[in-house]
Amino acid sequence: MGEPVYQLLGVTRVYGARKVLDIASLDVYPGEILGVVGPSGAGKSTLLRLLGFLETPTSGAMAFRGQRVNGGAPSLAVRRQVTMVFQRPVLLSDSVYANVAYGLRVRGVTDARERVEKVLDLLGMLPLRKEAASTLSGGEAQRVALARALVVEPEVLLLDEPTANLDPAHVAIIENVIRQARERTGMTIVLVTHNVFQARRLADRVALLVSGRLVEVAPTKTFFESPSAPETHAFISGEMVY
Amino acid sequence: MLGSALRQAVQLILSLESEVLRIVLLSLRVSVTALAFSTLMGVPLGAWLGLRRFFARRLVIAAIYTGMGFPPVVVGLAVYMLLSRSGPLGSLGWAWVPGLFTPGAMVIAQVIIATPLVAGFTMAAVMGVDPNLRQQLISLGATSWQATRAVLREARQGVVVAVVAGFGSVISEVGAVMLVGGNIEGSTRVLTTAIVLETHKGNFSLALAMGLVLLAMTFAINIAVLRLQGKAYG
Repeated sequence: MGEPVYQLLGVTRVYGARKVLDIASLDVYPGEILGVVGPSGAGKSTLLRLLGFLETPTSGAMAFRGQRVNGGAPSLAVRRQVTMVFQRPVLLSDSVYANVAYGLRVRGVTDARERVEKVLDLLGMLPLRKEAASTLSGGEAQRVALARALVVEPEVLLLDEPTANLDPAHVAIIENVIRQARERTGMTIVLVTHNVFQARRLADRVALLVSGRLVEVAPTKTFFESPSAPETHAFISGEMVY
Repeated sequence: MLGSALRQAVQLILSLESEVLRIVLLSLRVSVTALAFSTLMGVPLGAWLGLRRFFARRLVIAAIYTGMGFPPVVVGLAVYMLLSRSGPLGSLGWAWVPGLFTPGAMVIAQVIIATPLVAGFTMAAVMGVDPNLRQQLISLGATSWQATRAVLREARQGVVVAVVAGFGSVISEVGAVMLVGGNIEGSTRVLTTAIVLETHKGNFSLALAMGLVLLAMTFAINIAVLRLQGKAYG
């Protein structure tokens, strides 16, 4: 599976007196889709924000491609290899096109047009490219959020509930694009979702996070068919685990 | 009365009588210069206050809010005392410090009046931008400065309002320019001080006519600004 993209060892994140994350050990491998599931408040988003360098661990060691990164924000060059799609995307009050081109513009890419239009087409948003972002529906905005992340072709794509509150048609579009993006570019994807079925459809490996701790990390088939932890069994069968 | 004032206002504008024209141009020159300085200082200050959290930030904001409601005549008095020959600045005799009763002194007073307004409104506009936007742009690869510029761009409508409010406050104020300018004919007389003078002289229709000129000028400038603003994406 090659050298891990991320290596986390004894990583914790504390807010005030509350320890929201306590990861004994987690490796993320290049080119995989790692699904992270768990009840709300389990620390899924916090984990993602650590991986996206938007927060730093309170303690423990975190390495990105063999380089220690837990001592504050890494260099711009490292930071630009990782892009996150947020659960509640905030778009610029500009056109759809300008929103998707943003990541390329800040990187000084001049011939952005073809790349932007290709990604928009992939997501079925090409006809709306001149629309103001403020006029989009929730599902359309979510697709623009995915498009603006994909267009920069990051090494790592972090997805925080990319299809929360969307109708099934939108969910199918987004899941297809995520799958295609991985196949085409071999990017590493960490997908946070409260939806176990989505994790099962997309992920190569699935991790269960409960109260900030990793209960189980296993290949998707194993995770769903023969989980080793009783909490995993309870979670995938729909019983509460907290 | 209003009818004759209107007629006189139109005549004033059409005839471009040299003294009235000079008054109009000086009003514009003083207020636009002051506004340029206020924008250069107030917009960055407001953006900084809106984006950053730091020690004594509340104190600075309270000071700005106080400045937004400062009576122009008190600002005029302070500048008067600063610049007078026995004042702390006037007594230095430095060449770049404008003397009392000059357009330069009027600009200084108006900068002090307009800057808190520009900074305060800019701060409110920047704080109105979704705080999550900045982080999402950083995650897309923006540098801190690039993200800040994007947030300012999001707040642009509010920044335009800030500049317009600053302009409105200085073009229409009379207390400060009267004190530090002295309403000297042919040198520091502006529209507002001229209106006061003509009213005292009993030339009500001339005063009213100049008032209408002032109103029309402000209206025209605001229309121009709104046209600029209209080009932005909603």
